[in-house]
Amino acid sequence: MSGTPLSAGFIPLVDAAPLVIAREIGFAEEEGIALSLVRAPSWSTLRDMVAFGQVDAAHMLSPVPVATALGLGGLGVRLDAVAVMSVNGNVIGVSQALAGRLRAAGHDFGFRDAVAAGRALVGAAGPGLRIGVPFPFSMHAELLYCWLGALGLRVPEEIDVRTVPPPLMARALAADEIDAFCVGEPWGSIAVEEGIGELLLPGTAIWAFAPEKVLAVRHDWSRSEPELAARLVRALWRAARWLTAPGTLSTASEVLARPEYLDMSAEVVERAMTGRLSIAPQGELRSVRRFLEFHDGAAGFPWRSYGDWIAARLAARTGLDRAAARAAGKRVFRTDLYRAALVPVGADLPGASEKVLGAIRVPTAVASPKGSLILQPDAFFDRSIFDPDTVG
Amino acid sequence: MPDRLTIVVVEKDRERALLIVESLRASGDHDIHVIGDEAGLARAISSRDPDLVLIDIASPSRDVLEELTLASAPMERPVAMFVDESDDALTRAAIQAGVSAYVVDGLRPARIKPIIDAAIARFQMFQQMRTELVATRRALEERKIIDRAKGLLMKAKGIDEDAAYALLRRAAMDQGRRVADVAEAIVTAAGLLS
Repeated sequence: MSGTPLSAGFIPLVDAAPLVIAREIGFAEEEGIALSLVRAPSWSTLRDMVAFGQVDAAHMLSPVPVATALGLGGLGVRLDAVAVMSVNGNVIGVSQALAGRLRAAGHDFGFRDAVAAGRALVGAAGPGLRIGVPFPFSMHAELLYCWLGALGLRVPEEIDVRTVPPPLMARALAADEIDAFCVGEPWGSIAVEEGIGELLLPGTAIWAFAPEKVLAVRHDWSRSEPELAARLVRALWRAARWLTAPGTLSTASEVLARPEYLDMSAEVVERAMTGRLSIAPQGELRSVRRFLEFHDGAAGFPWRSYGDWIAARLAARTGLDRAAARAAGKRVFRTDLYRAALVPVGADLPGASEKVLGAIRVPTAVASPKGSLILQPDAFFDRSIFDPDTVG
Repeated sequence: MPDRLTIVVVEKDRERALLIVESLRASGDHDIHVIGDEAGLARAISSRDPDLVLIDIASPSRDVLEELTLASAPMERPVAMFVDESDDALTRAAIQAGVSAYVVDGLRPARIKPIIDAAIARFQMFQQMRTELVATRRALEERKIIDRAKGLLMKAKGIDEDAAYALLRRAAMDQGRRVADVAEAIVTAAGLLS
């Protein structure tokens, strides 16, 4: 492998696929990048590795760079989200005991209806529902607050959201430290495989197009190395496009499953890649459209509105000034860099940098230079709308 | 004693934990607790209310500490520190900047002293800031009570603000008490009489 050396950190999750594929299938090399991948033990450590310059770029939970911009955790080093690395991909699961109570109360585990699943969950678990998430600043936490808040719980007060590292999630469930979890794959499927949990709902049932992971770099770095950043964005975009081509998912799953990446069975990895999940140890299958999306519907486009939405929610929970937080959140998502990287290779990108979130119910053509861009449904389950033009 | 820190060491390997504890003891008289089980870590740590948490950087449980540092007020965050290459000056600077988590070289006994020194420096800085904060808060509270007492006097005696304050000050001087104490007595009495 030849080219400019560049290191990127990742957490062993299925949605690290674009980085792994960029390296393994040669998209990084095509861009003249000798990409080395560093497996990180935790999100906070990975965030600090980027901040300290131990890696140039990182697979990152989309709320983390926004939280950092708001002074919530981190080293105060400004981070840029130069691309969205994956959309969706989370699952909500419950303990076997709770699943039994849900079934007894008549819930069908249809894996689709967030209102039915949420009401059943709140009814069966009672007050003080304990739910594990991988990190305090995560789409997992945001989805839970969105979901249970819209169903009438006072959030965050009425649910007990706890940080549990994903590799320990199944164990925490088995030890009755949590009743439920929201986690990225493969950890939900692993809880099912181990006979400890059942899956209740995919994240898509709460928000149909949720920006899950971003490619984050230091703001200083994107300023001093704009050309290298652009090459990395292109490599990632090509990798994501490759992942949507027919017949690549099995190969991708095999690559991801390797010891240096996820180090687990390719069959379990493939469930998330194909959106065909076993929701219970007995093997009940559910298929989920866009369970995990890397490319379609401009999935990689770092809409500034994502930063706006995340910041608005973090500010509301932590008591920060909303308007200032939202402005800071928007600045994190670098549509400008993404465009600069991809326009030269003819990618059809949205003409706008902001969009109303939650308004798209059916695939919709939008203004783009080539006119071929179709955005995918992005509705919230409660039909709420986030409008970037609203103030406060 | 302001230099005494409560330190929690999260380490599964018993021998390594003992080595760390030994070197911590060598660097001062600290209140040290070892947690060997990562299950229920958040509760185990918060029940100790530590000033400092030491955990291996390779542990995924570091993210649990992130939650803990957020749960407390920024001023009271435990300092959590981790393993990697770095120089002491940087460690010290980051800790003084209020960084709740910082990466340092290995949970190796030899490396622990500078960390503890830096943590003590931050601890003292925070104590000083806490003391100042308490003083400021108290001054604000007193200000409010004096204003209320003045208001009560103005209403009861039909005098203006300056006269009310003069009356308060004279009473304080006569009785050898602080203005704020006299004001508080007036406010309390008014509360009882109303």
